Amino acid sequence: MPVITYREAVVRALDEEMAHDENVIFFGEDVGKAGGVFKVTPGLYEKFGGDRVRDTPISENAIIGAGVGAAVTGLRPVVELMFADFAAVTLDQIINQAAKFRYMSGGQLKVPLTIRAAQGAGQGFGSQHSQCVEAWFMHAPGLKVVVPSTPADVVGLLKSSIRDDNPVVFLEHKSLYTEKGEVPDGPDFIIPLGVANVVRKGTDVTIVATQQMVKVSLKAAEELEKQGISCEVIDPRTLVPLDLETIVNSVKKTGRLITVEEALHAGGWGAEVATQVTEHAIWYLEGPVIRVTLGASIIPFSGPLEAFLLPDKDDVIKAVHRAMEP
Amino acid sequence: MDKFNDLSTEHLLALYRRMMLIRRFEERVYYLFLQGELPGTLHQCQGQEAVAVGVCDHLNYTDWITSTHRPHGHALAKGVSTESAMAELYGKVTGCCKGKGGSMHFGDPAVGMLPAIAIVGGGNSVVAGLGLAFKLRKTQQVAVCFFGEGATNEGAFHESINFAAVQKLPIVFVCENNLYGASTAYHAVSPVKDVADRAAAYNVPAQIVDGMDVLAVRAAAGDAIAAARAGQGPILLECKTYRFTGHSRSDARGYRTKTEEAEWLAKDPIPGLGNAMVAAGRISADNLTAVEDDVMRELDEAVEFARNSPDTTPEQALEDVLA
Repeated sequence: MPVITYREAVVRALDEEMAHDENVIFFGEDVGKAGGVFKVTPGLYEKFGGDRVRDTPISENAIIGAGVGAAVTGLRPVVELMFADFAAVTLDQIINQAAKFRYMSGGQLKVPLTIRAAQGAGQGFGSQHSQCVEAWFMHAPGLKVVVPSTPADVVGLLKSSIRDDNPVVFLEHKSLYTEKGEVPDGPDFIIPLGVANVVRKGTDVTIVATQQMVKVSLKAAEELEKQGISCEVIDPRTLVPLDLETIVNSVKKTGRLITVEEALHAGGWGAEVATQVTEHAIWYLEGPVIRVTLGASIIPFSGPLEAFLLPDKDDVIKAVHRAMEP
Repeated sequence: MDKFNDLSTEHLLALYRRMMLIRRFEERVYYLFLQGELPGTLHQCQGQEAVAVGVCDHLNYTDWITSTHRPHGHALAKGVSTESAMAELYGKVTGCCKGKGGSMHFGDPAVGMLPAIAIVGGGNSVVAGLGLAFKLRKTQQVAVCFFGEGATNEGAFHESINFAAVQKLPIVFVCENNLYGASTAYHAVSPVKDVADRAAAYNVPAQIVDGMDVLAVRAAAGDAIAAARAGQGPILLECKTYRFTGHSRSDARGYRTKTEEAEWLAKDPIPGLGNAMVAAGRISADNLTAVEDDVMRELDEAVEFARNSPDTTPEQALEDVLA
């Protein structure tokens, strides 16, 4: 199986979908000849031309609005917001327009729009270019929310997102762009939205993590294994729809749940997973559900501060120990 | 050309009827509201009918419009059926949005109207995508964005007109300048007197139009839409108009003088066209009465249709969230 980077996975998915369906167009700031500020989309402009791969003004509201308008006519636009933080500039278009058009029209419209953006910390980009924003969109019915952690997930899930008839917020983690991984060959490879990945099998504790926290959790699991604690690590991959069944079944087996996310403690996806698990499997729980998060702060510039806030292996190990206390 | 731009009497009567339908629709709806038969709130467009009718007279169902929180006139002008519009206000499943949109989200994709967007400036951004799609597909379709002068102080207005201009998208931006954003006069919140002047910043041609004269609107819109279809890029029309009612049903209009209101009422576009046709000998006053009677019959039927339509059922609240 070919090994590619997370970055290369994005362009592979876009390339395959643009070749597969002429209704797929791609636009955003600097995505044309420049190939994106993260150099994620090189070659698409040259291959598919300026009609289908378009540079736009720095106008996030107009970019998303244009995506919505093009999508209702039957095109399948993929728009790039560069940094996910910039979505705040255009929340009206995402939450009031893209997400609600189908509902407000009584089901007459479809909005097959994919919004790509790079989120997450770890690069010293400071407070306005580093946050994880998935929770904003989980609170807007009508959207799907995808958070891939591996190159294979990027390819499989981005293709599914583009083919989906709903608006999808596809959040790439910028610290993962250089990650390498095996990706099945061929244009038919696809991963459906709403199917979690059991990354590591285990019996004592269920750890649910996304994006770079999957790696952190796997490192913790390795160390815990040496201590005789067997962790099951689950990557939900998509937060809307959420594969609750896989998570609940795991908790029924292990009796313990830890969520690990690179986002705020209050109101994050970890809180949602924790609540849903207690609703569906509270009698199986043998300890407190613990959320590992970055607390209640803002991502800072200074390296030591940023590193302090981001959950690491030791934070996960501590949480597991707490959950295992008799 | 004669004063009617050489339009046939039949065509003129169709314009007159469409404006009358909107006027009487709004009046009927207001009455039903006061009676407590219709829920929610209302933003009405009495006085502004000539803009919607004059512009939409050039549009096919394959052309699309976006509208605002004040969409009833746009909907009826674009071809949303009176019955489905009325039923929507009753929140019935036979409404144009199955009762889920209501007054502020009137729309019907089958006739080329997106659900109206009740966030000021929201439609200005979405229309860019309609225009982009039409341009990419080389279909000669046109997208029209109706918006108020208040929206020109939103970033969305500036982003989208620039976006459309730089990509030469087939869009006509139609500003209904009714002088007030809710209670606030435009001159108090804009240092630029005319919205049309703002288009110059984006190298977009713009024209000021008498929005109380359906023939003037129709003529200007005809040129603008033809140019957009021909690939000349976006155009802005600023239609000077006036809403005869308050901003919403609870607005007592204390911010306007009676003198100003009287001046604008004298420009009412409906008798304006009707009286001119009678004076020119195109029709008799009886013809106008007959049109109005016909409109009233249509509205009676629409109200009956809405009243007799099935209610929504609770489980429908959860449907249509996702495709």
